[in-house]
Amino acid sequence: MMLKISLTVNNKAVSADVEPRTLLVDFIRSNLNLTGTHVGCDTAQCGACTIHLNGNAVKCCNMLAVQANGAQVVTIEGVTPSNGTLHPMQAAFRDHHGLQCGFCTPGMVMSAIDLVHKHPAPSEEQVRAELDGNICRCTGYHNIVKAVRAGAAAMKG
Amino acid sequence: MYAFNYHKAASVSDAAAKLSANGDAKLLAGGQTLLAAMKLRLASPNELVDLSGIAELAGIKVEGSGIVIGAMTRHADVAGSAEVAIAIPALAKLAGGIGDRMVRNVGTLGGSLANNDPAADYPAAVVGLGATVNTNKRKIAADSFFTGMYGTVLEVDEIITSVSFLIPNRAGYMKFPNPASRYAVVGVFVSESAAGVRVAVTGAGPCVFRVPAMESALASTFAPESVANISIAADALSSDMHASAEYRAHLVSVMAKRAVADAISGR
Repeated sequence: MMLKISLTVNNKAVSADVEPRTLLVDFIRSNLNLTGTHVGCDTAQCGACTIHLNGNAVKCCNMLAVQANGAQVVTIEGVTPSNGTLHPMQAAFRDHHGLQCGFCTPGMVMSAIDLVHKHPAPSEEQVRAELDGNICRCTGYHNIVKAVRAGAAAMKG
Repeated sequence: MYAFNYHKAASVSDAAAKLSANGDAKLLAGGQTLLAAMKLRLASPNELVDLSGIAELAGIKVEGSGIVIGAMTRHADVAGSAEVAIAIPALAKLAGGIGDRMVRNVGTLGGSLANNDPAADYPAAVVGLGATVNTNKRKIAADSFFTGMYGTVLEVDEIITSVSFLIPNRAGYMKFPNPASRYAVVGVFVSESAAGVRVAVTGAGPCVFRVPAMESALASTFAPESVANISIAADALSSDMHASAEYRAHLVSVMAKRAVADAISGR
């Protein structure tokens, strides 16, 4: 069974024929070649595959591509300005050394941007609670929390 | 993932017809449990019937002395609802503690109830508030909805459309979450209303259950001390890598005490 889906990804309209079993993350990585969205656990626990679907952070390894038919999707590639600079949250992760191997970072940044949209000035406690769906096995989280709070301040400016 | 067919239902009756025609079909709500289960072949439906296109299944309405929440309403919407925060703050708090933020942005009330995971949060609220589960066929009282581990009275072509909660005088929920999954190792929902006191426990056993001894103690004095020394038998509780049955029995008393304090504080 093949189904036609049409959606907007990073402000561009895309259409494709997909099998119902195609996961949204596989559609993004394999069909659209947007490989910044990572597959870590493939069981909806680690958060490396976090994207924005209609303005909310979701884990796209745990969704079907057909569920995103008609949706607005933003991936990590879509938050970076086209002039080659970084989104304020990405810059904050770099400035505060909020990553080591970097595998979890795209999901962390997407989750953090959504977090700041909902809590514009998050406390350390809030950041720790709200990031509980994103797992990092390198950093111990301290610098990630610093980066998210700094990124939140920079996003206001 | 294995191959299967997909149908986006145009209406509840369309979805029900699909279920009647194919006994191997399953409803897709948010899919936060179902899709993960399918990857592991713990579930293997040959067709998914997606409910996300049926607008009337989502939404929160205050109706008289109650609040009606559509089956496809996402956990994040219940957690962030001003109406729920005013009417039943314990329910908003419970919804805000399910899984993680990304799961709450997709997972739904109806999906959680139909799945009836032994450690899910929502069954505790539905039984703890004496809610009514509305389907395309009937209205089902919470006490008769859940039948056992992953079991409900739902028929093959029966679809949850909404849940009606009566607004209690006060209610509280407290869970001891698994630190990785945030599922309840033990969760206790307590409410006091005109109909009496209810104490519902999730996570501890194969299915949500009430604790009559705690309910009658709280009916005479609604205070944490009333339940602190009421212990439940470990015999019928679950033992697994996360907690022994004895530990879960202990947690029921501790969480019940904290849930009553939570209800009294009114947060």
